[in-house]
Amino acid sequence: MSTFDNPFDPNRRLSSFGCSCGRHATDAEHQAALQFQATPAESDEQRYEGVVASAVMRAMFPQDAARRAFLKSVGAATAVAAVSQFFPLKTATEVFAQGAPLEKKDLKVGFIPITCATPIIMAAPMGFYAKNGLNVEVIKTAGWAVIRDKTVNKEYDAAHMLSPMPLALTLGAGSNPVPYTMPAVENINGQAITLALKHKDKRNPKDWKGFKFAVPFDYSMHNYLLRYYLAEHGIDPDADVQIRSVPPPEMVANLRADNIDGFLGPDPMNQRAVYDNVGFIHILTKDIWEGHPCCAFAASKEFVTTMPNTYAALLKSIIDATAFAHKAENRKQIAEAISPANYINQPQIVLEQILTGTFADGLGNIVKQPNRLDFDPFPWQSFAIWIMTQMKRWGQIKGDVDYKAVAEQVYLATDTAKLMKEVGLTPPATTTKSFVVMGKTFDPAKPEDYLNSFKIRKAS
Amino acid sequence: MSSSLRFRAAIVSVAIFLVFIGAWHLATRSTGSVAAMNPEYAKLMGLNATQGKSAMPGPLDVGAKLWEHIRQPFYDNGPNDKGLGIQLAYSIARVAIGYLLAVAVAIPLGFLIGMSPLLSKALDPFIQILKPISPLAWMPLALYTIKDSSLSAIFVIFICSVWPMLMNTAFGVSAVRKEWINVARTLEVGNVRRAFTVILPAAAPTILTGMRISIGIAWLVIVAAEMLVGGTGIGYFVWNEWNNLSITNVIIAIFVIGLVGMILDQILARFTRMVTFPE
Repeated sequence: MSTFDNPFDPNRRLSSFGCSCGRHATDAEHQAALQFQATPAESDEQRYEGVVASAVMRAMFPQDAARRAFLKSVGAATAVAAVSQFFPLKTATEVFAQGAPLEKKDLKVGFIPITCATPIIMAAPMGFYAKNGLNVEVIKTAGWAVIRDKTVNKEYDAAHMLSPMPLALTLGAGSNPVPYTMPAVENINGQAITLALKHKDKRNPKDWKGFKFAVPFDYSMHNYLLRYYLAEHGIDPDADVQIRSVPPPEMVANLRADNIDGFLGPDPMNQRAVYDNVGFIHILTKDIWEGHPCCAFAASKEFVTTMPNTYAALLKSIIDATAFAHKAENRKQIAEAISPANYINQPQIVLEQILTGTFADGLGNIVKQPNRLDFDPFPWQSFAIWIMTQMKRWGQIKGDVDYKAVAEQVYLATDTAKLMKEVGLTPPATTTKSFVVMGKTFDPAKPEDYLNSFKIRKAS
Repeated sequence: MSSSLRFRAAIVSVAIFLVFIGAWHLATRSTGSVAAMNPEYAKLMGLNATQGKSAMPGPLDVGAKLWEHIRQPFYDNGPNDKGLGIQLAYSIARVAIGYLLAVAVAIPLGFLIGMSPLLSKALDPFIQILKPISPLAWMPLALYTIKDSSLSAIFVIFICSVWPMLMNTAFGVSAVRKEWINVARTLEVGNVRRAFTVILPAAAPTILTGMRISIGIAWLVIVAAEMLVGGTGIGYFVWNEWNNLSITNVIIAIFVIGLVGMILDQILARFTRMVTFPE
């Protein structure tokens, strides 16, 4: 259920598999069928209205089935009218769009130069921050630990982080416990497993025993997805292969030097490995878990509470930029905006392949996967719970974990909700959803059962 | 005789340079086969794949890129993209501040240690422990306590340049010939005057040697520190270009770092010559 879907469509998709209307086997077919329907151009006003209305609908009908039934029985137009009766959608939208006087206009936001940071970066050159009255400097940062320190030191007002990082920090895994907050997911999908060219014929993971892999950080979706993928194919990621933590640019260099056999890394490094003719793309992470979160937008709790208006404007800019990036037709323009040295510093053609999803796979094929990288900001707390099950699965955290409490504390669906109330909105009542990872359904209400269902896990 | 030696040395230098460039050029020529692929696919692939170009840039690529940087050393395209000249200026400024702070601390302290055997013995264990610590090991601690990345970089420069200066000053002061001090004492020269007119000139060459070692270390460290912290400076430039896998720019940065390091060293070498005296 994307934040950008039409909230009054009874057929909106509930799961990420199949298509939304259920009449097509895949989403691609559904999209193809949709091509013949005209879609009106969306203005900012309409988009804000969509976000607000979506929140209201979720609040009024937390159950997907009930909402569907209601919309089906009365029709969308009546539903809009009915909801507007109880809730001043127009007024709320205006309040949301205008915001209140800003406490601080000049902000610094840190980022790591990977395509996951796209909304944060592009909002600067494309004027999304300026539109909300902010003067934001986006600053390239040398590593995740430095991002963490500079956010704690208040050199940055907000920053780009890996979605498991705020959880790890809060839980005190790999560092002293520091309560962290994450109001928005940056991107979904957008990673890949890249292998060295010499492994062209070893496409079955069962043949990968003894391989050396790289991931960017221990507490990253990359690490959990690679481990999950290997384990599903019967490879114990701790015993049968070696997984190292390697900064993204060094992944390509190490692959070239024959130091590693492959990596699950952030883009643009996967496409860059293809572009430099050292590797090929084995599988996109969207084929492991369609719609998985990756990077995130994090702000210090103090910033959120002491400067609520600035924070709201910043978050609005991010929602704006994310909505803009979500649309396929804007992707080429975005690639052009973020490729200069000041931002991602990569050849434009490389970024274009990642953002448009039409790319060379390194084996001589041109692959078309429009969803290769997508953007959807809502910080589902069930994402956090899944991440914690994997942290526990691989021994990063031990003992009993209060999954729900930590998820609520860190994934600011609740704090964002508070903020939304301040600007006159009714926030969504549901903050969790279930999803499927490699054919296995994850129920956020039963994390321990899910965890215990895995054969391959670290003994704890 | 000496001019002919200099001339012959120059010829050998040029020859070595030419051989090096030639070998580099030959080693990085495109050797791989030009792959036959459909034009649409080829458009998406880089030169490595389509033209069998070596991943290592040749001297011509580096020269062309260097010329580009030299023509525009001071451009400023936002917080993450500044000209090579600006980056160097940031690094040199950081080194200068950290280094001058170290001079201000190390030389007076070194003087005291050199003049007082008691202090020398008392401080020795601390200095011995602090001296071998790699400057970058201080970085996380600095970031954590100072809470400012550019101040942390300056602190790291300070902490790494202070020890050689301190040791050399102390050594230079304590090694001043006893006769000279005794003569001064006989002439009833006061403590302060003795320090400035007898000990300082006598110890100056050793002190400056310490300063020369320090500036070398400071310049070594700033590149690593900036790679770690990011933001601005030549070290950040290297990191940024490494991120982009642009070996050409990394080579240029290495060359420029060497050049600046040499200039800094030569400046202090000149000072050392100025204070050296024949005995």
